[in-house]
This record gives sequence, structure tokens and C-alpha cells, in this order.
Amino acid sequence: MSETSKALVGSATDDERIQRPRKKRRQASHGPAHEEPWAPYLFISPFFILFAIFGVFTLLYTFWVSLHDWSLLGGMNAFVGIDNYTRLLDDPRFFKATVNTFSMLLLSTVPQMIMALILAEILNDRLLRGSHLFRSGLLVPNITSVVAIAIVFQSLFARQNGLINAVIQLLGFEPLNWHAGRLSSHLAIASMVNWQFTGFNTLIFLAALQAIPLSYYEAAQIDGATRIQRFSKISVPLLRPAILFAVVLSVIGQLQLFAQPMLFGAGAGSTSGGNDNQYLTILLYLYGQAFQQPFRFGYSAAIAWMLVLMSAAAAALVFGVNALLDRRENRAERQYRKARTRSQEVAR
Amino acid sequence: MTTLEKVSTRGDGSTGRSELTLRDRPPLVRAVHSMRRSGVKYTILGLALAVSVFPFYWMYVVASNSNAVMSQFPPRVIPGPNFLTNARLAIEGVPFGTALLNSFVVASAITVSVLFFSTMAGFAFAKMRFRGRGGLFTFVLGTMLVPQQLGLIPLFILMGYFGWVGDLRAVIVPSLVTAFGVFWMRQVVAGSVPDELLEAARMDGCSIFGIVRHVVWPSVAPGAAVLGLYTFLFAWNDFLWPLVVLGNEPSSHTIQIALRTLSDTYYVNYSMVMAGTLLSVVPLMIVFVLFSRQMVAGAMDGALKG
Repeated sequence: MSETSKALVGSATDDERIQRPRKKRRQASHGPAHEEPWAPYLFISPFFILFAIFGVFTLLYTFWVSLHDWSLLGGMNAFVGIDNYTRLLDDPRFFKATVNTFSMLLLSTVPQMIMALILAEILNDRLLRGSHLFRSGLLVPNITSVVAIAIVFQSLFARQNGLINAVIQLLGFEPLNWHAGRLSSHLAIASMVNWQFTGFNTLIFLAALQAIPLSYYEAAQIDGATRIQRFSKISVPLLRPAILFAVVLSVIGQLQLFAQPMLFGAGAGSTSGGNDNQYLTILLYLYGQAFQQPFRFGYSAAIAWMLVLMSAAAAALVFGVNALLDRRENRAERQYRKARTRSQEVAR
Repeated sequence: MTTLEKVSTRGDGSTGRSELTLRDRPPLVRAVHSMRRSGVKYTILGLALAVSVFPFYWMYVVASNSNAVMSQFPPRVIPGPNFLTNARLAIEGVPFGTALLNSFVVASAITVSVLFFSTMAGFAFAKMRFRGRGGLFTFVLGTMLVPQQLGLIPLFILMGYFGWVGDLRAVIVPSLVTAFGVFWMRQVVAGSVPDELLEAARMDGCSIFGIVRHVVWPSVAPGAAVLGLYTFLFAWNDFLWPLVVLGNEPSSHTIQIALRTLSDTYYVNYSMVMAGTLLSVVPLMIVFVLFSRQMVAGAMDGALKG
């Protein structure tokens, strides 16, 4: 990885390195370390100290807390073992929050990736005019705070006086109570996520597309491939690492969906995720359990660990699908090679 | 292939386009074809751009009209004259100025610190040889996969022990250096600090700190600036942890918490809430307009580096 990234980041050093005999290069980078052997450790230590305290310690401590009947006000009480976990598995609200979270995850990740792929394909044109305008315009939502986004979308989706309902009415349909329905509220919240991250993913895909040699597209064009074929047979397969990266990022991020559902329910007891918990998410539930009545730290620590496990499982699933696709691709390539050698033999 | 590469990105699209597509067709068909296709292209892009920008326009429309006007049907879709009134209401409704200041303090402190520590660590990982370098760097990358929000409860308990609940330090200290920052600066140092320069500085008798100051810092400035911009934005936009640890101390609220309070308390008065929201977005927009090139390049670089 370091080789490719070096190649991408810089050129001056690389050129010099190539000309330089190997031995000398080693000595050069050996130099600084020789004289102050402690220096590199000093330089990297802040990260590790901070991570030890705020990363490792907190996760392990979360586990410890989750084994106790522990509240904000009462402090640590009895050790209850895995009680919090078994109660959690029987908790219908936790179940509902989990289903909601995955539902919104799908509703946001899938359309987002498809739109981003299409936009990236269109933007990947050297002759496109105003490309900077389009790129930066697409990135603007990504730098906006989720709180501001949620407030604006909450008003767009408002039952009365909301712009979206007004449009629906003008088109002659019945206005929708977006907040009330389960699917409709999920759609509204997913639209916030889609709006915020489509542009960012577009830029990720665009960067990866620009690394694909133009000659592939030219060869396909000469062979008579249509634009859509070029997109689906060249761009998408070659973008798979970038897609994987974006999907994993999105899955881990959206499992922690919090601000959008919280602000979507502004003024209506915002940690319940709607009257019927119809848009309660896991993290919102965790927050409500820990930092509002009943201040149950132990219980919400158990929720936190469940979320860690779910993130790991979801990431493993994505990587698994990727590996499966890899295998299929390799098999197809082997078959193609075999067929080619056979046809060459026949020709001979 | 060579003609393609010679065609520049901007400026001569009219002459260049026909060379790129469908070279085997007659010129007239080619021209019609590419015009129709580029029409579709620009329409889609224009639509995407409009969708991206529309919520900001809508923010201003709501914020500049009175609540009464906004509840008519069909709703007004053009700005009105009441923005200043609504903005004043919002500023009076929540401690807006304090919140802006707090956000600025937090985001600046985090940015300066992340840049400093990440550059040091990035330099060590990129240019120094030491035992365990590869393993430690892989470890740094691995920590990026650990969802940070999940240590919320123990972090809160910890801050209780430190006596930092309701104190800005509780938000600043855990973010003093990030895995992403270290990773980013490692790539930047590897790509922009020539070994020759390090060697020369060494031979001139420069200490390791002298090298960092006189060689590393000046070379990495552009790459570090991008990291700085994004770090500042993320700190400015951070919501959950500040809400948890500062939520009960109004004088320490950051702008995001103030916004949330505004929206939760005055949710019936959309115009006022939206005026406050718009005010909170303006500083970011200024930063973005000034540095949009670096930020777009940064997002695309980040993808490649990952």
C-alpha cells in the first residue's frame, strides 16, 4: 500500500529514489534514527497514550460497566453478570431500534452509492466544463453539520407547512404525516443521510475512476460497447475497492445514526424516536437510557457492546460479499484464459 | 491516446469533444450525438447541484419570512424581509455568541494539536526506522475501525473523575490527536519531504527537533492545511459527545448544542430556528468558499490514500 500511495502523493522523491542505489537510500533514512533512537517513540507516543486512555480503556470499561447494575446517580451497584445482555435481548424497544437502524441504513446506503456511481461516471470527463463548480457543489452538504441538516429537513418534511407536503398537495395527492409512519419517517431520515453523503462518495468514486487507464474505455469503444456497457463492465468492476471502502464507511457510520432521528423528533420528547419509537435508533436508545431518566449506565453499556458486535458483523458481511465476488471474478478469468488457449490451439 | 492526453481539461471543450467520442462516425452525426449526450450530462449534474444547494436557499427563505407567511398555502418560495428580526430572536433565545465562541475555541485547539502531534508521528512513521514501525502503523490504521462513540459512558464517568463534566476540556482532550491525522500526515511526509534534505540538514548538525522545524514543517504545509481544514470542520460539527458532556452546562454549549436547544424549545417558530441555523452555517460556508479547491482535492486524495 505504501508504494502505491507514495506514487500517488509525490513525484519528486520517487524520481530521485529510482536513480539512487539501494544501499545509500537505506543509510539515508537510517540517519535520524541512529542518533536519537528515542525520537520516533517520542513522536508517536501522544497518539498511543491518548488511544490507551480514550480508546482501549473506555471500551473495556464499557464492558465492565455493562456487567453491573450501574446508574448515573447511584453509582456502581451490584454485579449482575450478563443480566443486562439477556434483558436487552428481550427488550422489544431495543429490537425495534435495531430494525429501524438497519432499515435506515439500507435506505440510505443503497441509493447513495448508486447515485454517487452515476454522478462520478458523468464527472469523469476531462472535457467537462465547470467541473470544479459541480465537485464543490456536491461536497457542500458534506461539510454542513448534521444538526443544521436535520433541522432543515425536519421542516421540509413537516406535516403542516412543510414544503414537501405542499408539493404533494399541489400535485393533487393527500399530504403525508411523515413523522407518524414507520417507513415514511425512515425515508425522511435516510434522505438527510443521502443528501449529506452522496457528494462525498461521488468524489471518492471519481478519484478512483480517474486512476483507470483511458485506453480501457477506448478499446471498449472500438469494440462497440455502449456508454452504459462501459460503465457497468469497466467502471463498476474496477471501482470495487473504492465501493468497498465507501460501503464499509457508510455502514459503520449509519449504525451510529443519532442526530438526525433526535432532531427529526424535535419538541416531541426527542429521545424516544417518535411516539411509537418508529424512528428510534440504537444509539438514540443508548443515549436516552444513559443520560436521561432512568440513567441506566449498565444497561446502555450493554447496548454499546451490542452495537460494537453489530458493526463488526456488518463489516465482516461486507468484506465477505467482496471476497465472494473476487472468487467469482477469478473463476471467470480462469475460464476465459482456458477458453482462449483452447481456441488458440484449435487455430493452430 | 496521445491526442486525448493533449486535450486540456478546460477552455477548449468545443474543439476537443469531437475528438474524444465516436471517431469512426461522420462528423455531423458525431456532433449531434455528443451535443445530445452532453445535454443529458449537464442536466443530471445541474439537478444534483440544485438538490445540493437547495436546502441552504430554503433555510434563507424560511428565515427571512415570518412564521405567519410560511404557514400559508401554497408556501412562499422567495425570501422575505424578516431575516434580521428572526436572527435577533434566535440570538436572544439561546446564548448564541457564547456558543459560537466555545465552538471556535474547541475547534481551533483540536486543529492545532492534531496538526502538531500528527505531523510528528507521521514524520516518525514515514522517515525514521525503528523497531515495530510496521506493526505500530498497522495498529494505528486498525484503530480507525473502532467506533469512537461507543466509549460514551466510560468516557463520561472518566470526565467525572477529572472534574471536567461541563468543561470544554472534556471535548478537546480526547481529540488531541487522531488516527486519521497520523495516517494522513504519514502519507504527506512520505510524499513531500525529500530524503536528501533530511540528510543535508543532518550533516549540517541539525538536531532532530531542528529537522522537524526547518525541514519537515515547511515541506508539509499544503498537505497539513487540508488536514487542518477537515479537522476544524469535524470538530465544529461534532454533536453527540459535546451534548453528553456539556449538555447540562449552558455556558459551555457549543454551537451545535445551542442549535439543538433552539430547535427543541422553539420548534413552533420555524423562522426563528432557521435563522439561527443559517447563522451557524455561515462560518463554515466562508471557510468552504475560501478553500473549496483544497477541500475537493483533499476529499479525493483521502480516497486514494485509503
